[in-house]
Amino acid sequence: MKQLMVKPEKCIGCRTCELMCSFGHFTQFNPRMANITVLEYEEVTLAVPVVCQQCEEASCMKVCPVKAISRDENGVVSINYNKCIVCKMCRNACPLGNMSYSTKLRKVFKCDLCGGDPKCVRYCPGKALTFEDPDELDERKRAVAAKYVEAVGKEG
Amino acid sequence: MYGYTGTILRVDLKKGTIVKEPLNQKSASEFVGARGLGTKYFCDECDPKCDPLGPDNKLIMMTGPLTGTCATSSGRYNAICKSPLTGTIEASNSGGHFGPELKYAGYDGIIFEDVADHPVYLYIKDDVVELRDASQLWGKDVYETTDALLAACGPDFRVACIAPSGEEGCLFAAVMNDKHRAAGRGGVGAVMGVKKLKAVVVRGTGSVFVARPEGFFQAATDARDKLKAHPVTGAGLSAYGTEILVNIVNGVGGLPLNNGRDGAVFDKADNISGESLTAKYLLRNKGCFGCSIGCGRATYINEGPFKSKGEGPEYEAGWSFGAACGVDDLGAVCNANFLCNQYGMDPITMGSTIACAMELYELGAIPESDVGFPLRFGDAAAMVKCTELTAKGEGFGKILGQGSFRMATKYGHPELSMSVKKQEMPAYDGRAIQGIGLEYATSNRGGCHVRGYMISPEVLGIPMQLDPLVTEGKAATLKLFQDLTALVDATGICLFTTFGIGLPEIAAQYREAVGSNETDEEILLKGERIWNLEKMFNVAAGVEKDTLPPRLLREALPEGPAKGKVNDLYTMLNEYYAARGWTAEGIPTAEKLAALSLD
Repeated sequence: MKQLMVKPEKCIGCRTCELMCSFGHFTQFNPRMANITVLEYEEVTLAVPVVCQQCEEASCMKVCPVKAISRDENGVVSINYNKCIVCKMCRNACPLGNMSYSTKLRKVFKCDLCGGDPKCVRYCPGKALTFEDPDELDERKRAVAAKYVEAVGKEG
Repeated sequence: MYGYTGTILRVDLKKGTIVKEPLNQKSASEFVGARGLGTKYFCDECDPKCDPLGPDNKLIMMTGPLTGTCATSSGRYNAICKSPLTGTIEASNSGGHFGPELKYAGYDGIIFEDVADHPVYLYIKDDVVELRDASQLWGKDVYETTDALLAACGPDFRVACIAPSGEEGCLFAAVMNDKHRAAGRGGVGAVMGVKKLKAVVVRGTGSVFVARPEGFFQAATDARDKLKAHPVTGAGLSAYGTEILVNIVNGVGGLPLNNGRDGAVFDKADNISGESLTAKYLLRNKGCFGCSIGCGRATYINEGPFKSKGEGPEYEAGWSFGAACGVDDLGAVCNANFLCNQYGMDPITMGSTIACAMELYELGAIPESDVGFPLRFGDAAAMVKCTELTAKGEGFGKILGQGSFRMATKYGHPELSMSVKKQEMPAYDGRAIQGIGLEYATSNRGGCHVRGYMISPEVLGIPMQLDPLVTEGKAATLKLFQDLTALVDATGICLFTTFGIGLPEIAAQYREAVGSNETDEEILLKGERIWNLEKMFNVAAGVEKDTLPPRLLREALPEGPAKGKVNDLYTMLNEYYAARGWTAEGIPTAEKLAALSLD
C-alpha cells in the first residue's frame, strides 16, 4: 500500500488540502470536516499538515468496542458506519489526534485515502503531500547522497 | 442560498448592538459580493458627502460567494468605506485566512456603524458575537495585538486589526489580518481607528455550500490546472513572488526612479529584484487560503543594520522603498516593508511619500530642522527611519502620515506628489507604459494598479501583447480589464488568477457556486455595473477630475526604451469615456445607468 507522506518544508500553508478533503467527503467546504489539518508555526515559518498514517498497530481499531474499525483490503484503516455507535473512544485513543468528530455531522471520521487517489495530494500546490510506494527508494535518500557527491566527489 | 451564508452582521458601535440580518439577495445577485456587494450596501446607506473620519462613514467587511470554497485563490475579503486619503469610495482587498473564517462562522459580511466611546473588538465564534473591551490593546502594534487576542480567544481564531497608525489617523493606515496580510490602500485602518474598533476576531466551524457541487468542482479544478500550467501563475510568481517584476519593468524603462524625477531606469534594479530576494533572504513561500500560486514570501534579513524578519516585500513595496527613494539596499527595503506590516501601513503610499519628501528636501523646500536629519535620495537608513517615525507617529512622521499630496501641498509643491486623487501611484511609470497612466487617471480609488492591470498586456503580453508606447486601443482594453477586475474582486478570488484564467473560467466558477444560468457576458456586466456604481459615488462625493501629475504629462523620460515620452493621457481619456458610454466630461449618462439597472 502507498503511504501518504508529509513534507512540511514544502508546505505553503494554503490549506487547499483541507478544502479538497471536506468537499470530497461531505460535499461542503469546511476545514473542520477535513481529515487533514494544517498547523502554522509562524515563529519558525513552518506549516505542518497532520493526517492519519494508517498505523499498523492502530489504537483506534484496538479500542473500538463494537469492532467498527478494521483494515480493508487496501490497508486503509476504515470505519464501518453501520456498526459505529459514535462512542468516540477511537478519538480518545489516537495518539496523533487524527480521528475527528463533528457536532454538525454527529459522526467520527478519518482519512480513507480517497479510495487510492487522495485529493489532498492531487491538488497540493507545493507538493508537500505525496503518495508513495514505501518499497520504492525514498527520493530524500537521493538528495542526501547528492550532498556527499557535491562535497567529496571528483570527476574522473 | 449557495455560495453565500445568507447572513450579514450589523454592528452599531455607539449603541453596542449587534443584529444578524438576512443578506439582501437582490443586491447579491446584481453586485456579486465583496467589493461589489459591500459597495452597494455602502452606497445605499451612506451620504457620499460624509466626513470619512466622522461617525457617518461606515466600515464594511465583505466576502464573496467564492470565498472559502475551493475556487482558485479564494481567500479574499474587502474592507469598504469612504477613503480618508482620497475622498473616493474605497474597497481595499486582502487575502490570508480571515475572509474564509468569517464565512465558516456563518456571515457574508459585517457592517460597522457609528463610533464606540471606548476601544472595543468584535468577537465572533459561530453564533456568539459580542463587542468586547479593547482598552488594554489600544496602542499595541499588529503583532502584539494579534498575539494577545489569540492568547485570549484561542489559537485557531483569525484576527484583523489596526495598529497605532490607524488609531492616530495616519491617512494610509491599513487593516491587517493574519499579521501580514493587508487591506492596505486608502486608509481603511484610519476609519477603523476613528470607530475605536481595534480588531475583529473570528472562528467558524460551519460550512460553505455550492449550488452544483459536481459542476463547481469541475470548474474549480479546471481553473486550477490552467493556473498550474501557466508560466506566471504556475512558475514565475511561485518561484520569485511579485518582486520578479523589478527587472522586467526596469527593462521596459518603466521603473520610476527618485520620485520619477530622474526617469524610470534604475541601474541598480537587480539589487532589489525578486531574484536577489530569493537568493539572499527567502525563507519560505507562503500561500493565502486555498491558493495554488503561493506568491507570498517569508523573509529574513540575517545580517547588517537592517536585521529583521517578516513577510514580503511585494513588487510595489520593493519599488516604493527601493527605486522611488533611489535605494538599492534590499535589507533596508525589506525592513521598511516589515515595519509597514507590524504598524499597519500601506507601503506604496509610505515609500512614495518618503520619495516625495526626499525630492522636496533636495529642492530645499523642506528644511532639515523639520525632518531632523538629512533626507537625500539613496539614503537607505534615512528611508527606514522615516518609515519608523511614521509608524510611531513621531516627529516628521506625523507629516509623512498624511500622504504625499498633503505634505507636498504644505511645503508649496503639490505638483511633486506622485498621486492621483491624492493616492500615490504604484511602481509603473505612465510615461513608459501609456495604458497604465490611463488606468491611474481613471481608477475609482485614485492612483492604483489593481483596478485594471494594464501591465499584463502592455509588458507581460497577457492575454495579448500591446505596445506600451502607443495609445491606440488602450482605452477599450482598459475598460474590459476594469470591468473584469471588479467582477473578480466581487467573487472573492484573487486578481492574480487572471494571469492564467479569464472570464470563461471565472464565470463558470461563479455560476456553479451560486446556481446561476447567466451567460459569461451577463456576468461580466455585473463588473461594469460595479464600476459605474463606484463612479457615481465619486461624482456625488465631488471627487476631482481624472488626470495625472504634471510630471507624467510634461516631463519627458530622459533615457531608456521610452526616452522622450510623456503620457498622452487626453487622447486616451476621450476614447475611454466614449468606450464607457459616458459624457465627454467623464460622467455616466442616464442611458448607461439605465442599461446597468443603476437608475
